[in-house]
Amino acid sequence: MYVAVKGGETAIEHSLELLADRRRGARDVPELSTRQIHEQLALAVDRVMTEGSCYDRELAALAIKQARGDLVEAIFLLRAYRTTLPRFGDSLPLDTRRMAAERRISSTFKDVPGGQVLGPTFDYSHRLLDFALMANGEHPAAPTAPVDAAPDLPRVGDILEREGMLEPPPSEGSPHRDITRTPLTLPASRPVRLQNLARGDEGFLLALAYSTQRGYGNNHPFVGEIRFGAVPVSFVPEELGFAIEIAEIDVTECDMVNQFAGSHDVPPQFTRGYGLAFGHAERKAMAMALVDRALRAQELSETATSPAQDEEFVLAHSDSVEASGFVQHLKLPHYVDFQSELVVVRLLRAEVEARRRQAAFDRAAE
Amino acid sequence: MSFTTSVDAAQERRQRWLSVLAKSPADRIDAVWQAFGPVPEHTVLRRPEIGLVMVQGRISGTGAPFPAGEMTVTRAAVRLCSGELGIGYVGGRHPRQAVIVATIDALAQADGWQQRLEEEIVAPLAEEAGARRRRRASAAAATKVDFFTVAREAGT
Repeated sequence: MYVAVKGGETAIEHSLELLADRRRGARDVPELSTRQIHEQLALAVDRVMTEGSCYDRELAALAIKQARGDLVEAIFLLRAYRTTLPRFGDSLPLDTRRMAAERRISSTFKDVPGGQVLGPTFDYSHRLLDFALMANGEHPAAPTAPVDAAPDLPRVGDILEREGMLEPPPSEGSPHRDITRTPLTLPASRPVRLQNLARGDEGFLLALAYSTQRGYGNNHPFVGEIRFGAVPVSFVPEELGFAIEIAEIDVTECDMVNQFAGSHDVPPQFTRGYGLAFGHAERKAMAMALVDRALRAQELSETATSPAQDEEFVLAHSDSVEASGFVQHLKLPHYVDFQSELVVVRLLRAEVEARRRQAAFDRAAE
Repeated sequence: MSFTTSVDAAQERRQRWLSVLAKSPADRIDAVWQAFGPVPEHTVLRRPEIGLVMVQGRISGTGAPFPAGEMTVTRAAVRLCSGELGIGYVGGRHPRQAVIVATIDALAQADGWQQRLEEEIVAPLAEEAGARRRRRASAAAATKVDFFTVAREAGT
């Protein structure tokens, strides 16, 4: 039970002012611009866009600044902003084969057609703090190399699919639901699950993905392919009736290849899980792909015994805005709630005390 | 038959300029438009409006679509006094760019403007986009792995 609590307005007002003051920090340090944030803290921006489920680098940078670098709070701010905007419609599905890839790797084939392109990655860094970065020196531009006239990066999945070694993904089904428009219901279709995971909390999905690797719903994964780069977004404006490209956005995708023994109807072939994220977010895309595959347990006649395979558990707890809201609401006044519980506990204690006294009295009387 | 072909060709040309303009940085659109010089009277039919488009992905890149997340988009519509209707849809929150794109779109449908717009605005912006793409691709190409293969000695 909640009861309106009056008073505290001045304290709240001053608290907000103190928050703004702390956000600014020491005044002799130059203030951060949002441009600095989306240029130099680009991966934080990518995470906020992905989980805020809204691709807009400037807005994500602003949210990070306003939230003092608290990314879950920034995601909340971006989600709140998007509710104020009208929806123009759905884009045509992204064609990631047309990606201008800055990175593309496969851990299943060394000599994958198109090659292993590392792009910018932490993978081979030594994870030693680089004190040179504290000196604010200019960094030289990255080395370049000649580009093939038509750099063709065939999908690893397509190659395996042609051999019949890999299950093809489900093709167009019935029109999917959109969980920002209609509430999530269970059991959920795969597109609905993927939408939920795409905006899901990276930490939560990472832990679940890790749990599958440690044996809680093992699905024996290989990275078929990870690619990151720019993809055009096509949209059919109502005024035109034909598609135009309205933007180019950076996305990361992960096509995970997993083992499957086969059944009476299906000869042995590998199965897949899929991850897609805005910007450069490999850990997120990989975790999403692992959890997507784990959630297919029932469809693939596997026994679902682990949390990552439990659709209700995963989909209902993946959203950081919902999770953080419900956990943090405990900070709000529960004075009346607590008073009533206090009364109950006092009563119970009085009863226990009375019983004990009666028992002692009875023993003495014997 | 030839009518259909020319309609298709006209649509393709319009598709191209709208796409090139939408994908160009807002400040570049602004700069080339400033340099273009005077244009005929026109009215803003739909004031720039910021909204969302739900970006669809595909399962495993090629399968059934799913909603991957939204993006911000700005749209506007412009009418020339001679009647041509132009529209602009641009990714991000760029009201001014959306109006300029809509004006260029309307003008490109009017008699006698298309060639100049192509030469002074669309082609240079397309070239800049190509250069940006090439710069990014050549930095990526420098990170392509060359595997050294060690041949095993016979008998070991």
